[in-house]
Amino acid sequence: MIHTLVRASKAAVTASTCLALMACTASAPPPATASKAPAPGAGHGYDHDPYPSTYHPYPGVPTLLTNVTVYDGEGGRIDHGAVLFADGRIVQIGQDIAPPAGATVIDGTGKWVTPGVIDIHSHLGDYPSPGVKALSDGNEATAPVTSEVWAEHSVWPQDPGFSRALANGGVTTLEILPGSANLFGGRSVVLKNVYARTVQGMKFPGAPYGLKMACGENPKRVYGSKGREPSTRMGNIAVDRQTWAKAVEYKRKWDKYEKDGGDPPARDLAMDTLAGVLAGEILVQNHCYRADEMANVIDMSKEFGYHVTAFHHAVEAYKIADLLKANGICAAVWADWYGFKMESYDGIPENLALLQKEGTCAMIHSDDQNGIQRLNQEVAKAQAAGRRAGIDIPDEVAWEWLSINPAKALGIADRTGSLKPGKMADVVLWNGNPLSVYSRPEKVWIDGAMLYDAYNPKLRPVSDFELGQPGSGDVK
Amino acid sequence: MKALLLAAAALVAAPASAATTAIVGGTVAIGDGSGPIPNGTVIFTDGRIVAAGARVPVPAGATVIDAHGKWVSAGMVAGLSTLGLADSEGVEESNDVSAGKSPFNAAIDISPAINPNSIILNNERWGGVTSALVSPATAGSIFAGQGAVITLGVGPDPILRPRAFQYVEMGEDGAAAAGGSRPAAYAMLHDALAEAQDYRRSPAAFGGREKDSLIKRPDAQALLAVLDGKQPLLVHVERASDIRSILALKKDYPQLKLVLVGAEEGWLAAHDIAAAHVPVIAAALVDLPESFERVAATESNVGRMEQAGVTVALSTVDASAPGSQRNLKQFAGNLVAITKIPGSTGLDWGHAFASITSGPAVVMGMDGEIGSLRPGRRADVVIWDGDPLELASAPVAVFIDGQPQPQSSRQSELRDRYMNPEDGALPKAYQR
Repeated sequence: MIHTLVRASKAAVTASTCLALMACTASAPPPATASKAPAPGAGHGYDHDPYPSTYHPYPGVPTLLTNVTVYDGEGGRIDHGAVLFADGRIVQIGQDIAPPAGATVIDGTGKWVTPGVIDIHSHLGDYPSPGVKALSDGNEATAPVTSEVWAEHSVWPQDPGFSRALANGGVTTLEILPGSANLFGGRSVVLKNVYARTVQGMKFPGAPYGLKMACGENPKRVYGSKGREPSTRMGNIAVDRQTWAKAVEYKRKWDKYEKDGGDPPARDLAMDTLAGVLAGEILVQNHCYRADEMANVIDMSKEFGYHVTAFHHAVEAYKIADLLKANGICAAVWADWYGFKMESYDGIPENLALLQKEGTCAMIHSDDQNGIQRLNQEVAKAQAAGRRAGIDIPDEVAWEWLSINPAKALGIADRTGSLKPGKMADVVLWNGNPLSVYSRPEKVWIDGAMLYDAYNPKLRPVSDFELGQPGSGDVK
Repeated sequence: MKALLLAAAALVAAPASAATTAIVGGTVAIGDGSGPIPNGTVIFTDGRIVAAGARVPVPAGATVIDAHGKWVSAGMVAGLSTLGLADSEGVEESNDVSAGKSPFNAAIDISPAINPNSIILNNERWGGVTSALVSPATAGSIFAGQGAVITLGVGPDPILRPRAFQYVEMGEDGAAAAGGSRPAAYAMLHDALAEAQDYRRSPAAFGGREKDSLIKRPDAQALLAVLDGKQPLLVHVERASDIRSILALKKDYPQLKLVLVGAEEGWLAAHDIAAAHVPVIAAALVDLPESFERVAATESNVGRMEQAGVTVALSTVDASAPGSQRNLKQFAGNLVAITKIPGSTGLDWGHAFASITSGPAVVMGMDGEIGSLRPGRRADVVIWDGDPLELASAPVAVFIDGQPQPQSSRQSELRDRYMNPEDGALPKAYQR
């Protein structure tokens, strides 16, 4: 698995990279006397995790939810079911589970239990509320290639949006991406939806980084209006290809150095990210609306030897569901956003259902501080549109669009995204069927800690920004 | 059942003009705030509702549509939209919503620009939206111009009421448009109304054609209807203090017919709004402090205002998603959902549904015409495959002005073309 490799290398690197790092900086060249430094080994030429997660699970109590309908997140459903979690992990799901001594038992008659919702596309923190210029940190729109920027360095952990996503949306994990002004927007970061004083305190431990890329109208508009490349779609691809060619060369130099030692090549932070993609450590999350543009990107990925993990905002994915499936690429989409610009003109509400019918990896996403509060509802609409078109997708299968599929596309499916024993106890108790408009989260646990309870105002998080403001602590 | 309905619709489409239609057996939602009526009947003839409710006799000779297991309701009225003003808002060339380079503002009248053939109208219609308030947006002035009320029925004339209202920005957006501050926005508003009075006193002496005149002649002329209370003034404000400042305008201009738009902090001034008898076209479900004028935003806003006695219509105002009006029913459903959350204030089903049907009609003073299934209203009727506020529900038949509406759209044609993505014997372009 990609992430375990990264993790192992991180541990090794943090212990021993101080010297290597210094050797890498231009201001401190390696001493001339060192005729040939020893080879650091693959992936050890520089620190790959210099801003490590400091997230820690909060304390929980062993909890048994009984008499609930369970969507397990992987397509399974249990009626009159039960879910047991303890020590931050799922212990068991089934129909009859005996409560361990000391466990809290919650009778969930008439209620539903699902894994926490995962949003693969969010700008909470880098386009936070309030949306004032001073906090507008999502697009480094000064050059079309800015793969050196990391979204986590823009994320404001006090965004009130995190609390709404938790309480109204049952969101427990989310990916924060740079915006789409640039062809290479920068690195994304995966967060647990748990407030912390620092973004490091929210980072999902061991989740791989993502690289945000963008096709289409946005980059060509932003840079075309500045009178520079790219101003066309062909310009987009040309700049992309030139950049990948450079990245291949950069990686070759570093691979050689890591294998053979000697003088380390000059560091280039933008190229670090792309080399990480080429090495399979960093997952490409590509904003791309149109079917024909996705096909171009797929060919480009083959030309340079990388893989696109998911196309985001893939409004026309339904037109190439077969191509996406054949290439093992997921589509992250809205339920019914369409028509707001030319490249979204062909959006249809059956997109998700058509992808599912073809067997293509598909998921819902929000890209929006309000939409993230209702992703379950968006799935319900998409499912219903499919049903009307004769594509019958059971509720528990539709729930994959909110759980295991985004978990896969984020490289964290072995740890969250379903209620399988041993996984993180990221759990939502809904006060009714979560595919009904009339249902809301009642309680949300993250790593087994209850972090929202509709019946306990003290378990309703209030960010620093909202403290002392009119309506502070109100239901929202 | 769907086939039956379609057949019935085809029957109604036949040219027998005096034909009466009776939709029987469905759960009927009138749209006036009352709750759903099981096993109800809706009767319409000559494009007008005759009766709706329980124990309504079916007249002899009526075309009967069986709606057992279905819901029959008033069509949705979009609280504030740009329907018909843009084929795609992001495509500048197709977008008539605002005009930053125009010398005019209050005079702008959107009614000649509405395109009833826009594919967006088709999709919204097939989503159960049968009429809409359509507004221009501001650019370069606090005044956006005059909006209209339109019908979404297929036909050449979409306008139900042209110049139905004037729209003005008075919060942060108004401040920006007026040169940089809220006080400047008030100065601009007062000056514009004063100029309108000057124009009334002496049209011949009124300039308003000079390049540097603050108010152009047609703008002054247009504002007379606002001053006289003949045309509602829709004011977009969010902050509680801004709401109170707007309500205070009635002291200077007693005839003003004010309508608040947005009003995310309305719950903090709900009793003042109610006492002033000013209705609200609300930003539904917005619950984040997306700007400093909205720090107290909560999904309970609409419920709390209504509890205080304010007339509220829902809208997509301030919604960050593209403004699909067919999703208004989802907003309304959520306001029912939060009644189960301790501390929240929502709406019961009947009032939630009214907020997307008769609510906007009442705000416009048009509830005798649209927005409910009460006798005499236009026969804008939707048959749904379930509870219209539920996410899974969709129309199975839409009647506007008594006429059955088309059941396909560009979206459904795209869907059918790509039901299987692979090319067939010929390219996709030949498949339709």
